Amino acid sequence: MKEELKIRTVTGPDGVKFEVDPISDYFCDAPPTVQPAAYTKIIEKFFNWARSESLWVLGFGTGCGAIEMRPLMTPRYDAYRYGVQWRATPRQSNLFIVSGYLSTKTLKRVIRSYEQMPSPKYVMGLGSCTINGGMYWDSYNTIKQLDQYLPVDTYVTGCMPRPEALLAGFDALKKIIRSGNGEGANEYAENFDWYKANQKSVISDWDMPDYNW
Amino acid sequence: MQELYSKLDKLFPLGELDERRDNLAFVSIPAEHLKPLLIQLRDQEGFTHLVLLTAVDWLEDGVFQLTYLLCNRKRAIDLGVRVMLPREEASMFSIHDIWPTAATYQRELREMFGIDFPDSPRVNEDFILEGWKEIPPYRRDFDTKKHSDRFYKHRPGRKTSDPAQHMKDKLYPDGE
Repeated sequence: MKEELKIRTVTGPDGVKFEVDPISDYFCDAPPTVQPAAYTKIIEKFFNWARSESLWVLGFGTGCGAIEMRPLMTPRYDAYRYGVQWRATPRQSNLFIVSGYLSTKTLKRVIRSYEQMPSPKYVMGLGSCTINGGMYWDSYNTIKQLDQYLPVDTYVTGCMPRPEALLAGFDALKKIIRSGNGEGANEYAENFDWYKANQKSVISDWDMPDYNW
Repeated sequence: MQELYSKLDKLFPLGELDERRDNLAFVSIPAEHLKPLLIQLRDQEGFTHLVLLTAVDWLEDGVFQLTYLLCNRKRAIDLGVRVMLPREEASMFSIHDIWPTAATYQRELREMFGIDFPDSPRVNEDFILEGWKEIPPYRRDFDTKKHSDRFYKHRPGRKTSDPAQHMKDKLYPDGE
């Protein structure tokens, strides 16, 4: 177990000593629950329209695709005019763009970040590496199929896809959300055990709680 | 480069000089003479920069080859020093006291090739592979395809074609 996860005694600012167990004190291990839809269809439709128009991307670049986001978020392609913007932390974002190959070490961080994002949340797989492994198809430490580990709403093909392809991907994702099919977070909650089993099958040193938002 | 080699050859039991370019050459040396040679190169000959430290797995010969690539900034020349290690229980002394950056390379070599550097700082901590239990992946007897098939789910329907055969079929169907 990592040093920072071990039980330790801490002195507070008022001089009182107390014991901290990071796993139970800092993390919530309650599994995620399914968020029910709004009480009438028309309200849910309105919600979905609103969700589709404010995609806030987590600035987490996992592979070479991260470099495509710079022209996309700056005036060259200016994705902000479509209601897409980049945020610094998982708590502020609702779209995770997995931008390229994922090594198992990065996958662990990606899972933690994904679980910290508030629902409803969406995942976009970028490039052939997330689809079938791409050029890393026989690599010893990259995953080959992203949707085994996280619920993916849409993929953008290419190696690497250009920013225009990503803009088309945003458009496709908006259509999916508006049609009411962007239910990745609920899918994750429903099949939580299956996803966890898959994640644990590739991450050999699992040293965090099962659900750590 | 010849001049430098003949100068060093008098002091150390060097192997033959392998000159690749005007500004790049390699020499080999037995492991026990490496440290004095590196100190001599750094302090007397102006090779102040450790460019990289890497390994090659000569599986058939049963040895690892370590390459210490050094750079002389003033004269803009590079010199690689090669050391052969037996592959079984491979172990080498650390040079982090000569160049502190070497510690990172040594940590990587420990993880990827399983070459031990006993006195190097933090050498046994996980670096890139977390919780790796098999033989180190850069060793040539490690089968990366087999490992990948066993561990990861592959999406069915993926086709692979040999580039040479594909070009022959598509671009030059009636020729060479």
